[in-house]
Amino acid sequence: MRKILFDRIDEPGLNTLAVYERRGGYGALRKALRMTREEVLDELLTSGIRGRGGAGFQMGKKVSFLPKGDMDKFLVCNADESEPGTFKDRELMQKSPHMLVEGIVIAAYAGGIDHSFIYIRGEYDYQADILDAAIEEARAAGYLGERILDSDFSLSLVLHRGAGAYICGEETGLLDSLEGKRGNPRLKPPFPAVEGLYDSPTLINNVETLSTVPHIITMGGAEYAKIGTETSTGTKLVSVSGDVKRPGNYEIELGIPSRQIIYELAGGPLDGREIKLWFPGGSSAPVLTADDLDIPYDFDSLAKAGTMLGSGAIIVVDDSHPVLEVAMKLAKFYAHESCGKCVPCREGTNWTVKMLERIDSGEATPMDLDIMASVQEQIIGNCLCVLGDAMAMPIGSMIEKYRPELEAHIEAARERAGSGALEDVVAIGVADASAGPMPVH
Amino acid sequence: MSPRRSREAALEPAPSDWDTPALPPVPRFGHGSRVPGWDDAVDLTKEPAVVPDLATTPVPEGLRQEIEDAMARYPDRRSASIPALHAAQEEHGWCSPQAIDQVAAVMGVTPAYLTSVATFYDMLVTHPKGRNDVFVCTNISCSLRGADELYEAMLDAAAENPDVDVRSFECLGACDIAPMASVNGEYVGPLEPADAERIVADLRAGRPVLEEKQLRRRPSADPEAR
Repeated sequence: MRKILFDRIDEPGLNTLAVYERRGGYGALRKALRMTREEVLDELLTSGIRGRGGAGFQMGKKVSFLPKGDMDKFLVCNADESEPGTFKDRELMQKSPHMLVEGIVIAAYAGGIDHSFIYIRGEYDYQADILDAAIEEARAAGYLGERILDSDFSLSLVLHRGAGAYICGEETGLLDSLEGKRGNPRLKPPFPAVEGLYDSPTLINNVETLSTVPHIITMGGAEYAKIGTETSTGTKLVSVSGDVKRPGNYEIELGIPSRQIIYELAGGPLDGREIKLWFPGGSSAPVLTADDLDIPYDFDSLAKAGTMLGSGAIIVVDDSHPVLEVAMKLAKFYAHESCGKCVPCREGTNWTVKMLERIDSGEATPMDLDIMASVQEQIIGNCLCVLGDAMAMPIGSMIEKYRPELEAHIEAARERAGSGALEDVVAIGVADASAGPMPVH
Repeated sequence: MSPRRSREAALEPAPSDWDTPALPPVPRFGHGSRVPGWDDAVDLTKEPAVVPDLATTPVPEGLRQEIEDAMARYPDRRSASIPALHAAQEEHGWCSPQAIDQVAAVMGVTPAYLTSVATFYDMLVTHPKGRNDVFVCTNISCSLRGADELYEAMLDAAAENPDVDVRSFECLGACDIAPMASVNGEYVGPLEPADAERIVADLRAGRPVLEEKQLRRRPSADPEAR
């Protein structure tokens, strides 16, 4: 399969400028600086590349939304890769940091931007050190700073280390965190392209998206658009993890069958196990079942199947794990990471955890599943950011697709806890307390 | 620190052996009703902490230099709050009130502002902790591969070592080596529960941790990418 980002990624020393330049690195920047800003932007638009961070918005369009004019404009590279199951940016930054730096400079040139930041999550200490060294090398060689390569374009680049908060991967939460505050998301609109970092127009893109930019300029936007499908162009790094034989990052052309990724590249489920469910785009994506393995892996096919490509992280769960265990891990994660600004998310995530614990401790009845599903519905679309939705969508899909298993789990847990059989509870009603704890609805 | 006073106690004049001035009278409107908000749940005997004076707050020279360098990198000095608190945590072991005061003095912001930041982020710790950080990822991909057992084993192994601070952490972004842990920032995995003892032993001996399991030595999983 065609490799663009991962082409000979393990070459020793690729993180240094010397090796990167020997492989033709920064050639795309030279080419871009010979073009006008509009021409560079045109290439990005023609390539049709969609954001690799989660939302899948067209990158060229994002750049074109920036206002023209001489005001301060910022570019922020979102390297706060915290979506459970995602680890592609880590490998890219660690092994080929100059590709990212080059992409940032080109994207900034296209948008008329003169200050840029990389917001990297605090846990990626080793990768941050590598990036720091790469930025220093690039600056010394004249690829960053004042009058880049003797053109009249200047750009500063600062690496900012976060301190461990999932919400800072959300673009407006990231901006608040970069301004030195708690990472609380902001109300949109105004969108960051109009009013972002320090109230200035800001372009925010993912590491993988920006790392692809030099390749788009080198091969031309039209050539890049030929890879993949019509609406999901190019290659994508897919992080496969969970119950598979060979977890890891794989570069694929968008549009290949999901089965091929999980079975051929990642080696399929462990011996003697079957795939029960899988997340196609990080833990925030509604789950799919083993019947959905033939869906082509691209933005639109997955959206049509009611889920999303997200950050491109496939998490495979095999039949040795109860659905409840997966749901509980998810709900606890989102409850911990909710910033607390919006009520539906702060309360909804916590109540979901409590209801799942009720199921496990044998106090629940199948009615709890309906209540839980309605809580999820009330979270979706009612908050400033999509953190709450990111829990509500997968949990909602699990209740919908695995209801028989969850009901069996409820019944088994009731038996274990001695809460009385379900039919007794239903028959006796609320009046009789001897039947054990009654659900209060 | 002056003892915290209850709402009832706050209405009484302060006892004479306290060195705080007598409380001002409760503010009232002209018609006699109390002005709302006068009894908010705060320590009424305490002045709000102001920006500490750099002249009277001793700050280690290295820390001060580091914070000032961080502030110089951004258009707005406040952006340096996370790097500055990180540096103070390195220096003091945790974000102690003293550490926060020092950062506040150098940055020219209130300690309350920095406390609001320090309490938001998982890697900034506002209670005393051991010098060595072991973050065990217990998120979904790792827990599918046995992270919860690993976390228990890690807790047991470090139980006798106050110097090793074990925490279960949200996804650390290394699900390819699940289950894994970050030991002082070094990613290691895939781990067995038996590796917990070795991690603690390596930390005590000051050796690099589990060298053969370090992520940085791992080639790409994609066979065509190498």
